[in-house]
Amino acid sequence: MPAPPLLALHGVCKRFGVVEVLTDIELEIHAGQVLALLGDNGAGKSTLVKVISGVAPADRGAIEWEGRPVHIRRPHDARDLGIATVYQDLALCGNLDVVGNLFLGREIRRYGLLDEVEMERRSQLLLERLTRRVPDLRGPVVSLSSGQRQTVAIARSLLGEPKVLLLDEPTAALGFEQTTEVLDLVDRLRDRGLGVLLISHNLGDVKALADRAAVLRLGRNNGFFDVNTASQEQIISCVTGATETAPRRTAHRETGW
Amino acid sequence: MADHTRVEPAAPTASPRGPHGTRAVARALERSAAVLRDRLRAGELGSLPVVLVLAVVWIVFQSLNANFLSPRNLSNLSVDIVGTGLIAVGIVFVLVLGELDLSVGSVSGLAAAVFAVLNVNHGVPEWLALITGVLAGTVAGTVQGYSVARTRVPAFVVTLAGLLTWNGAMLCVLGTSGTVNLDENGLVAKLTSSYFTAPGAAYGLAALGTGLVLLSSCLDRRRRKAAGMRHRSLRGIAFRASGLAVIAFAAAYVLNRFQGLPLALLIFLVVVAGLDVLLRRTRYGRQVYALGGGVEAARRASLSVTRVQTAVLAVSGTMAAVGGLFLASRITSVSQGSDSGVLLLNAVTAAVIGGTSLFGGRGTTWSAVLGMLVIQSIASGMALTDTPTAVQLVITGGVLFAAVVIDSLSRRSQEAHGRA
Repeated sequence: MPAPPLLALHGVCKRFGVVEVLTDIELEIHAGQVLALLGDNGAGKSTLVKVISGVAPADRGAIEWEGRPVHIRRPHDARDLGIATVYQDLALCGNLDVVGNLFLGREIRRYGLLDEVEMERRSQLLLERLTRRVPDLRGPVVSLSSGQRQTVAIARSLLGEPKVLLLDEPTAALGFEQTTEVLDLVDRLRDRGLGVLLISHNLGDVKALADRAAVLRLGRNNGFFDVNTASQEQIISCVTGATETAPRRTAHRETGW
Repeated sequence: MADHTRVEPAAPTASPRGPHGTRAVARALERSAAVLRDRLRAGELGSLPVVLVLAVVWIVFQSLNANFLSPRNLSNLSVDIVGTGLIAVGIVFVLVLGELDLSVGSVSGLAAAVFAVLNVNHGVPEWLALITGVLAGTVAGTVQGYSVARTRVPAFVVTLAGLLTWNGAMLCVLGTSGTVNLDENGLVAKLTSSYFTAPGAAYGLAALGTGLVLLSSCLDRRRRKAAGMRHRSLRGIAFRASGLAVIAFAAAYVLNRFQGLPLALLIFLVVVAGLDVLLRRTRYGRQVYALGGGVEAARRASLSVTRVQTAVLAVSGTMAAVGGLFLASRITSVSQGSDSGVLLLNAVTAAVIGGTSLFGGRGTTWSAVLGMLVIQSIASGMALTDTPTAVQLVITGGVLFAAVVIDSLSRRSQEAHGRA
């Protein structure tokens, strides 16, 4: 492999009490690629996102960032590395306006006071890059459609100029048109060289967008696919467990792609 | 009441166009009426209801007693709102956070008692006793805030415990004497008995307030224009500023016809304006609003929830202490009744009547001023017309109920319009 992956996980384990939620997870996220993370409910997808984003740090295993080993123990560590996360519930403050939400926690100040003009200007620029229809920047976020809210949440994660973006079910609550808009957005982010980890239940989205797919089953790797060549049936049977790729064999598969 | 009226034109000036020929005026009015109608239908009432209520109260009492709108009565009114109003400003901070502070009455009594006992009974210099009294409030608030943040017990429960504790502390400080009379010519007594008799003072304050609003709007407009962003029209700014100027100078005129600008009112307005900047224009204030909008979202945005909650209750404790000193100054004595429950209710009522939401995340410090004006106008009118206290309580209760219903209805309507 010429360039090391942006982010690589090797043998990552995570347990909550006596329950082993993740066992020996291998994962690589490359720049300019969308990696889909698939799996049934309870497969450990969201836990894996929490491990990477530092909310629930790994118990064992190695994490490499651009080829060098790192430790992610707090959300802060992940953010400093350049990992941004958009959670499923978006975590926006409904009473604040779009600008307020985008810059929450990293407000720009001028003479000690909030610099609303500069924040609004940058919000405008940022959103113009992301979406065709920029929402009213001064309206409260609750007045936005769910697609627009998703855009705001993604825009907020991009403010820190991250290199890896974790998206937890970004299209789960969206209608058709809004889904298209968000998928377009993810596509453009990939073109800008970000590594994207996309959790989705929707194989259609995955087929349309992802370059590669990693399947989790019962907290273990259950296969990696090149989305362009693998058939939908192959992927589904891997997700549901019809094809049982024994965890020990993942290491061999790993070398295959 | 010179500057606080700044918020009053907020709703009607949604139309930023001023006069330019009769037809232009008509068109501008039509457009502003349309904007206003839309906003009302969507439940964005702002301070409009409270202004209407205030107008009704003033008209009713003026028709019942011709002395109600006399300069003397209005001037007294403007001093009477200060003590409870300062407490209500602290309450606004807590309400925006989505919590409630029940201990402000007790804290204000405690602060006044600490001051009185230190100064009168122990001969501590007045300034030192004053600072100690205020700090007692800050400490009480900080302790409560830290407990709320650490134990995750709702603030109203923690401050209910505080209500009893600080009340006990006050009785303990006052000792057996019961009532302590303050020095009639002392610093604290002068807080509410001093007036700037020179007419220039009131007019100067009106001019300064209007000028600052005008200046900041113009600077904001220039920066936005330079950045190629949406900005207010010059005419809109002039319209807003002139509306504010009319109200401010009218207030100054009325005050000058009695004894001039009251020191207490000046302090009140400066504090409210300062805290308004703190709440709406600083990083700290933004965090308070964010927490009121959603604790989990704020936490994920790496805000320190503990610090913000502690700081907010510290502010409310401090303001309660300051308010308590003004209340003591008004009657130049501190007694065991200095923390009557009515005080707490009035402060919370004022904030809510003024338009601060009980559901958190919405409200400004100016709502405390407007709400206090309503409550104190009712009280003053009742006193003038010799209405018994019982009726006064019932009516204030009715206004509070109406305010809460409006708050709740407007919130529901906003939800229906996807704006809440």
